[in-house]
Amino acid sequence: MIGLEHYLAVAAALFVIGIFGIFLNRKNVIVILMSIELMLLAVNINFVAFSSKSGDLVGQVFSLFILTVAAAEAAIGLAILVVFFRNRGTIEVEDANVMKG
Amino acid sequence: MTVAALAFYAFSIVTVAAALMVTLSRNPVHSVLWLILTFLSSAGLFVLLGAEFVAMLLIIVYVGAVAVLFLFVVMMLDVDFEELKGQMVKYMPLGLLVGVVILMQLALGIGAWTSADGAMGLHQAPTPDVAQVENTRALGMLIYDKYLYLFQLSGLILLVAMIGAIVLTLRHRRDIKRQNVLHQMWRDPAKALEMIDVKPGQGL
Repeated sequence: MIGLEHYLAVAAALFVIGIFGIFLNRKNVIVILMSIELMLLAVNINFVAFSSKSGDLVGQVFSLFILTVAAAEAAIGLAILVVFFRNRGTIEVEDANVMKG
Repeated sequence: MTVAALAFYAFSIVTVAAALMVTLSRNPVHSVLWLILTFLSSAGLFVLLGAEFVAMLLIIVYVGAVAVLFLFVVMMLDVDFEELKGQMVKYMPLGLLVGVVILMQLALGIGAWTSADGAMGLHQAPTPDVAQVENTRALGMLIYDKYLYLFQLSGLILLVAMIGAIVLTLRHRRDIKRQNVLHQMWRDPAKALEMIDVKPGQGL
């Protein structure tokens, strides 16, 4: 029988790969957004694993809400990306300093 | 090794390898395709955990909507992706360092973790027996009863996201010719046409 720790290990690996991807693709916003999706997926795996192994259904409800927020975030992020590309002609985020932030 | 354990190892190895390929592949279109593979194999992990509804939702929402959205944007933007990849080697050591440190911390955390004594008594919604109430039905009874307001709120989040995306990307271009139907219908033939009597051999 596969224990809870195995699922947690897979989720931890996915989360770290997501962070690694953000560091690696500093210029390419599309891959950064995909890395964020990977990290949210890792959180989802954690929620569902705990929910299944401890016999409490609420974890799956929460993972459903995370799914919703992830979809909304991807839609908004890609819309901002399209507008950014339209204005600047590039998707390099390193020199995105219009707002002097 | 049982079939379930074999399936777990296969799905988890495919998930992690595909996730690595998402970050490492040079072509963003390939990244999106690897992302789809990651979602599919983690849906397999969810099925192994007995959460069929979330697994199918993952396939429908992530593969069917989010990944296709990514694919759309990647193909729509005319970007030289090779140029963006140029400095990938430069960031590799820092990324590896941060990744290894966080992985160590997570391993320490998971290794030292034990369930608290009273944790099993704190269940908000104990999972019913699968033989009597299947996963989807149990989840539905929970969402539409106890978590109804949160469910409605997540619908509102999606509505706001939809309106936001439309408002962000909609633009009214002024430098092109458009069809004005009202203008066309109100056009008077008497004003638009002019009859000119052209004399032979003279022209206008």
